[in-house]
Amino acid sequence: MVKKLGDILGKAYIFVILAILYAPIILIIVYSFSGSSNFNFDNGFTFEAYASIFTSEKSPALWSAIENTLLIAVIAAVVSTVMGTFAAIGIYSMGRRSRRVVENVNQFPIINSEIVMAVSLMIFFVTFAFPEGYLRLIIAHIAFCTPYVVLSIMPKLESMDPNVYEAALDLGANPFRALTRVMFPMITPGIVSGFILAFVISIDDFIITQINKGAATGINTLSTYIYSDARVQGLEPFWYAVFSIIFVVVLAALLTVNLWKIRKQKAKEKEVGVQ
Amino acid sequence: MTSATAVQAKPRKRFKITKRVFAYLYVLFMVLFVVLPLVMILVNAFLDDGGNLTVENFKTFFTEESSLIILGNSLFVGVVTTAICLLIGYPVAYKLSRMSSGKILVLFFILPMGINFLIRTLATKAIFIAMDVTLGMGTVLFGMVYNYLPFMILPLHTSLSSIDKSYIEAAQDLGADRSTVFLKTVLPLSVGGIMSGITMVFIPTISTFAISQLLSNGKIFLFGDSIQTKFDQGLYGVGSIMSLVMLAFVLISNFLMNRIGKNNNVGVGRSLW
Repeated sequence: MVKKLGDILGKAYIFVILAILYAPIILIIVYSFSGSSNFNFDNGFTFEAYASIFTSEKSPALWSAIENTLLIAVIAAVVSTVMGTFAAIGIYSMGRRSRRVVENVNQFPIINSEIVMAVSLMIFFVTFAFPEGYLRLIIAHIAFCTPYVVLSIMPKLESMDPNVYEAALDLGANPFRALTRVMFPMITPGIVSGFILAFVISIDDFIITQINKGAATGINTLSTYIYSDARVQGLEPFWYAVFSIIFVVVLAALLTVNLWKIRKQKAKEKEVGVQ
Repeated sequence: MTSATAVQAKPRKRFKITKRVFAYLYVLFMVLFVVLPLVMILVNAFLDDGGNLTVENFKTFFTEESSLIILGNSLFVGVVTTAICLLIGYPVAYKLSRMSSGKILVLFFILPMGINFLIRTLATKAIFIAMDVTLGMGTVLFGMVYNYLPFMILPLHTSLSSIDKSYIEAAQDLGADRSTVFLKTVLPLSVGGIMSGITMVFIPTISTFAISQLLSNGKIFLFGDSIQTKFDQGLYGVGSIMSLVMLAFVLISNFLMNRIGKNNNVGVGRSLW
């Protein structure tokens, strides 16, 4: 009896915390249909806020920020995937000592706090007079994305059977063919997840972009534009709509990806169990 | 036969070398854009405006009242946030690890991390304003806990659900009651998770930029915010010193984590994708 009560209390606790965690998200979505930013439905149910994404005087700035975000993310993700893939293969075939050094350097952008990385890059760019704007941002994004690409490919290389690659060489493939026909296909899952990770991290970044974008250029990504606009004036209905779309898109994508992962894992466990 | 193997072995060996070359571009890139900038922080920390060697920046930072207040504020917010996250998060992670649907449910706790922290912070701020809550220390702490709770729950859940059930059963068979089982078996076995949870909440909390500013209407500045302000004002020396202090926090906590266990902390938010 006591145990059952404890069980119910435990479950209730979990759902209370979950409710608090999601309350702001749900409230913003609900009131995005109110057309006001005062959390009331005095104006009734309306799509005004959503329409204003296209009609507000801020929409050009918003759309150019979205464009910049995607442009930087695509370039950074492509470059860091290519560089990271080759880097992973190179690191994998290094001697133990140099491998450890490089792996530690690779770890640095990941453990370092973003603000320190941001200001260190800023000092560097200012000192060596890198042109303000896209170049700085793209370099910075590549610098913090590539380590994640390397990290998502390394385990695939580790778990790869080195004999397969050797066999390809023994069977007469030249190293280039062995690389493209045998090695790459085996590590493709790692490359793909590395690319997705790099793309997402780049879109999500705020701190490093904010500090390196340069005030004079007027370049904004979505996050820096949100910061510059909402910090001054608070949230207008316009932002309720934008945030709601982001909430729904991100949560739906994450839920799909992760449920799929769990299902795949379960299928794998079952397979092992049958054997 | 021997000559055939020799012919085959040779190009393979040569390729081994070229494969290593693949990493050289990346190594060069990292030295240029990760290592060198950090070295420049280190150098700037010991230079004055004229470019002369000095320890004046150190003195300024550790004697100036405003920077000590910021340091104190940061440590206070960091410690309190971490403690609240642990107090709220441990029961959640514990309960989840014992539920059959825990694996799916924990997902719902970490999903919000996929949304940019700025957007979540502004959403909470809008709600505080609508509820007429005065922005200050209370709201900053709420915002921090709200943002970083998942960072606590995930490592705790990982370590709690990997505890072998037979340990718990053994303790019960040997006559331990529920609280003894928890205190003597479950808790010690989850220390690794607790430690990684603590670092994953504490470091981002003190180094984050914008959250405390936004949720206190610019009244409370933490380390991350003031590093940015210092650089904004062109005070590279003091800003660099503060970055070094931050870096020290990061390195110490990372060292401790590696000591305690091979917890692969690739950043909780990133592991979602």
